[in-house]
Amino acid sequence: MNNYTLTHLRQLEAESIHIIREVASEFVNPVMLYSIGKDSSVMARLAEKAFAPGKVPFPLMHIDSKWKFREMIKFRDNYAKEKGWNLIVHYNKEGYESGVGPFSHGSKVHTDVMKTQALLGGLNKYKFDAAFGGARRDEEKSRAKERIFSFRDEFHQWDPKNQRPELWNIYNTKIQKGESIRVFPLSNWTELDIWQYIRLENFPIVPLYFAKERPVVEFNNALILLDDDRMPEDLAKKAKMKKVRFRTLGCYPLTGAVESDADTVEKIVEEMMTTTKSERTTRVIDFDQDASMEQKKREGYF
Amino acid sequence: MQKDIKTFLDQDEKKDLLRILTAGSVDDGKSTLIGRLLFDSKRLYEDQLSALERDSKRVGHAGDDIDYALLLDGLKAEREQGITIDVAYRYFSTNQRKFIIADTPGHEQYTRNMVTGASTANLAVLLVDARHGVITQTKRHTFIVNLLGIKHVVVAINKMDLVDYSKERFDEITSAYKEFITGLNIPDVNFIPISALKGDNVVNVSDNMPWYHGKSMLEFLETVHVASDRNFEDFRYPVQFVNKPGLDFRGFCSTVASGTVKPGDEIIALPSRKSSKIKQIIGADGEQKIAFPPQSITITLDDEIDVSRGDMLVHHDNKPRNERQFEAMLVWMDENKMNMQTQFYIKHAYNTTKARIDKIQHKINVNSLEKEQSAPFVLNEIGRVVLTTVKPLLFDPYKKNKETGSFVLIDPITHNTSAVGMIIDKLGNKDMPSRITDVDMKKIDRGEALISHKEREQRLNQRPATLWITGLHGSGKNALAYTMERKLFDLGASAVLMDGSTVRSGLSRELDHSPADRAEHLRRVAHVAKILNDQGLIVICSFISPYANIRQQVSEIVGKDRFHIIHMDAALESCRKSKPDLYNLADKGKLKYMPGLDERYEKPENPTLRLKPENKESNMDKILDYLNANKIFPLE
Repeated sequence: MNNYTLTHLRQLEAESIHIIREVASEFVNPVMLYSIGKDSSVMARLAEKAFAPGKVPFPLMHIDSKWKFREMIKFRDNYAKEKGWNLIVHYNKEGYESGVGPFSHGSKVHTDVMKTQALLGGLNKYKFDAAFGGARRDEEKSRAKERIFSFRDEFHQWDPKNQRPELWNIYNTKIQKGESIRVFPLSNWTELDIWQYIRLENFPIVPLYFAKERPVVEFNNALILLDDDRMPEDLAKKAKMKKVRFRTLGCYPLTGAVESDADTVEKIVEEMMTTTKSERTTRVIDFDQDASMEQKKREGYF
Repeated sequence: MQKDIKTFLDQDEKKDLLRILTAGSVDDGKSTLIGRLLFDSKRLYEDQLSALERDSKRVGHAGDDIDYALLLDGLKAEREQGITIDVAYRYFSTNQRKFIIADTPGHEQYTRNMVTGASTANLAVLLVDARHGVITQTKRHTFIVNLLGIKHVVVAINKMDLVDYSKERFDEITSAYKEFITGLNIPDVNFIPISALKGDNVVNVSDNMPWYHGKSMLEFLETVHVASDRNFEDFRYPVQFVNKPGLDFRGFCSTVASGTVKPGDEIIALPSRKSSKIKQIIGADGEQKIAFPPQSITITLDDEIDVSRGDMLVHHDNKPRNERQFEAMLVWMDENKMNMQTQFYIKHAYNTTKARIDKIQHKINVNSLEKEQSAPFVLNEIGRVVLTTVKPLLFDPYKKNKETGSFVLIDPITHNTSAVGMIIDKLGNKDMPSRITDVDMKKIDRGEALISHKEREQRLNQRPATLWITGLHGSGKNALAYTMERKLFDLGASAVLMDGSTVRSGLSRELDHSPADRAEHLRRVAHVAKILNDQGLIVICSFISPYANIRQQVSEIVGKDRFHIIHMDAALESCRKSKPDLYNLADKGKLKYMPGLDERYEKPENPTLRLKPENKESNMDKILDYLNANKIFPLE
């Protein structure tokens, strides 16, 4: 017997740092995708730790759908500035100029043009050969079999039948020109682990996760925040103040709030442990057929 | 409540982690078992459950009951076929532990998936159907668990409800399994009778089997002690990333592979063998006084020694091997079959170099566990091979150290992960086989020769021959070879001379003197000699060629009737006298692989001629007599 043991959080942390360093060593032009959500915040924090006291040797890229919560954008800009990140903000200019949005075009078109296409556009523009994503395997069934280093062809497509075996902690990073790898350093983390880690390390996340009185509108069986004046007027005028928080963050018209009193990490975990809904149910895009995430991933979405 | 949740979180934070491998086929009830562990540990949320009920009605295989397996089978295609075809990772936790399950299919055609899941697992749960007992599949799975070095096995004897919860049946299976694993290297084996479907002994101990006094599956998983399974003895720190943010900081980042390290420790960097002291250890949570696996840390040193990715920091008195040739158990992962000519990329402890598979020792039939002789491997095949790499690797045997004993082979063209390997306790060089003749050597049909051998022999008045002189450094091989060349020239013979330094300066310039490279060097020489012989020429070869088996293979390439071996039989002392500088260097350890010193030299048993260097005068006469008597030269 000895006392050389690590808690599960420290083991997960060590594994993620190992993965992040491996990418920095093996790829020419990696990028970390940053959604501003809690998982992204954990991932970015791990990257900072991996290279301390130096700077992280790759940029942080946010794919801006132009419909994110305003608080997210504010948080993003402050965070990147404070930590000295090289922040790239990319959006689908064409889509934006032709006015694509969830209220006018529906969630499907909006997600495809302003998220999936925007992401592919950003990756192509900067010719990144590896892109970190904050996805976790426990989020959704089709993710359970995804590799930590997930190979994408030159069209950024994922082929679930043709994945590289991944053994020990040895990652096959060989690619041809134009191909790339998506890397998921949080693969083995669960939602509870993420919250535990935020609590343990005590670093800031977007305040929208914490309950507060906010103006919300009931829409598509979800509580939508009245975040700006782009919400159609007939909806906007139904807004009521409620104490709500968000379990996931995305485009404000597509992300439902939950009524809650949880205004600390402890209360959030408590709520989570006793709640009966898993986190993605507050995402409107997931209400399609059950293989929809797999379909989106094949097309290049994370 | 607020206080409770704080207490809960404070405790929860301190949980450890157990990685479990499960293997079994569709009918074993493996998915049902996992589904139940997830379900009963209350990890399932209501909406996942309602989706499950909806799915059970549509594609479920369990009639009207909830089909737990549907929780697990992720991808659409797999669900429709009703089988799991890849490794799926599942997560659940209890108050005691967080669990990661690598859930893999059980059929033989998915051996590679099981190997993948096994590579990171602390513990394996093997399912046995109580009605069928220990079957071929159980043995195959046990073999893989043993191969990948998993130290804890739980044999879950499932479907006990279908054998009337019979103790006799349980005992029967238990002893059959115990007998099977004698001789394997699994230190901790446990048996639990369960019914995954009914929930017996899965989470709670069942009333249906009062004769069973052990723990339930979940209790067992929560309490099994795995923390000391890692290697804390041999400090190995293969450098993953060099962090140089400015002029005044140089940190070596990596994950501690094994052993422990403290500030102040004397270390050496391999392969440069430069020494220094550990100045600082920076962990994820700041500076630390000790580091152990699997922590990811940054180390700074007292001295500015040159260390790059792939170099290894170790303690002085405990070093890994540093070799280019080794044996390994290899699992073939690629749809394309093994090609012995391919130069693979090999990735090992953050080094990527090239490797070739020199020899297949044997293949293992994963069902009978018999050794088989051995065509190249195809998908899912496992066996023992000899590999040679371009750069030496710093390794330990996998059994002692998973982190420095494992590697992957990557196809240079498709970039598939072609194979994965576990390095075996290395044989001494002298036992290491080398293959230079090509098993698949094709007879090249050049078409009808327009000049016959007979015509060449008559024109040159000689019969082609390779006169192969072997002997130690300084034995006088080259002097003899030059004398022979001059003498034969003067007598009108057509002879060509090849010696070690000439060939090594060009044709074999990238090869060193290790056994593997020596073999390759001599293979090239043998083929050149054969070509020259085919033109009717006599070839004089002067090569140390220390191993009998390689000389034997050279003779096969050249042709046995043309190959004549001449041994310069010099005592080591006289060799030292004639090349003192060379031997001095070797004595100081500055030259490796010196035959007669750190490398063996095997005297030929029945040479054509055995000559002593001191008989300079008579040696040439003996050779001429031999050529004459055997009608090599002159022919008439």
